[in-house]
Amino acid sequence: MAATLRELRGRIRSAESIKKITKAQELIATSRIAKAQARVEAARPYAAEITSMLSNLAAGAALDHPLLVPRPNPKRAGVLVVTSDRGLCGAYNANVLRQAEELFALLREEGKTPVLYVIGRKALGYFSFRNWAITSSWIGISERPSYEDAQEVANTLVEAFLAGADDDDDEPGPDGILGVDELHIVFTEFKSMLSQTAMVRRMAPMEVTYSEDVDPGPRTLFSFEPDADTLFESLLPRYVATRIFAALLESSASESASRRRAMKAATDNADDLIKVLTLMANRERQAQITQEISEIVGGANALADAAK
Amino acid sequence: MAELDVSIVAVERRIWAGKASFLFTRTTSGDIGILPHHIPLVAQLVDDAMVRVEREGEEDLRIAVDGGYMSVTEEGVTILAESAEFASEINAEAAKADAASDDPHVAARGRARLRALGQID
Repeated sequence: MAATLRELRGRIRSAESIKKITKAQELIATSRIAKAQARVEAARPYAAEITSMLSNLAAGAALDHPLLVPRPNPKRAGVLVVTSDRGLCGAYNANVLRQAEELFALLREEGKTPVLYVIGRKALGYFSFRNWAITSSWIGISERPSYEDAQEVANTLVEAFLAGADDDDDEPGPDGILGVDELHIVFTEFKSMLSQTAMVRRMAPMEVTYSEDVDPGPRTLFSFEPDADTLFESLLPRYVATRIFAALLESSASESASRRRAMKAATDNADDLIKVLTLMANRERQAQITQEISEIVGGANALADAAK
Repeated sequence: MAELDVSIVAVERRIWAGKASFLFTRTTSGDIGILPHHIPLVAQLVDDAMVRVEREGEEDLRIAVDGGYMSVTEEGVTILAESAEFASEINAEAAKADAASDDPHVAARGRARLRALGQID
């Protein structure tokens, strides 16, 4: 019986040390959410301004830029999947990967081949385990993304997209590079501390939305320096970078929020486990004491009976 | 006197917003000064651009802008930048070292910062 008591104590100790780890992770994640959320907020003005600048331009420029017009016969679709590098964040990665799989199924149904770009070690592991061809991957940027990272990703994607313009079905066109005809991004939207959703967005060809409520009067006539088409050309990659950057920021905030929730649940579970185990250990110890007393009393009685 | 509403927005955050009487910078087509009631304009700034914001009764602001665009509307001027730094935040030595760099992008950033410090034209 003594062995079980020792065993129980050992289990209590291990539950306690796990709790210390999960508690620390929870606190770290909590402090990171606030920072990540602030970054999401701080990056909004730029996204808003660049969008309004683009819609001004779209009105002035010829609207036949490849980033705007859907290709007649899209064959290959680039998909950027944003996950975390580390686990311990609940269903965060699983949700993103499920969305990605759904998107792939949809794309295949439409007769397009998904071309994979991944951010984060988790997605890389998931897809390479399944023997997917991964075109490009980036690791170590998803927790604290910088704009330079987003730019690098955007450049790769935009390049592939522009290279895809002259592709002939599944053969590379005159430029010899097999590009993509569409760009999608799968990331996690940060709605609030408690709710984050995995989302799919199409980045290119993009739909420029005219916000009608902003400009009720006649459209302002802008002059452009250099001309509108050139401006458009240089602004669009930046727009894609901004979109990716915003998605990365949201994803990193979501990751921290998911981690906080998962780690809080783990800490609570460890607490419960420790409580139950302590109760069992105490019971076991008491049973031992009772048994020892009854043995002594029994022995004493037997001796007293023998003396009579 | 009429005033301009100026806001300078970098990717990571809004750098500065306020009133100004005059704004000076360089676009890909040449130097440009913006006074209140300028015609609407969208322009790309040069890679090593500096923006000077002149204000009534206050010191001029000089800002090094990297990868910048400018949009002028009835309401005012918006400068979009990939990154932007006030002259007061710039480390002159680091800027000088960057300006001498082989990487054209880094060199442009360095020149923009030196220009904001007033060390080159």
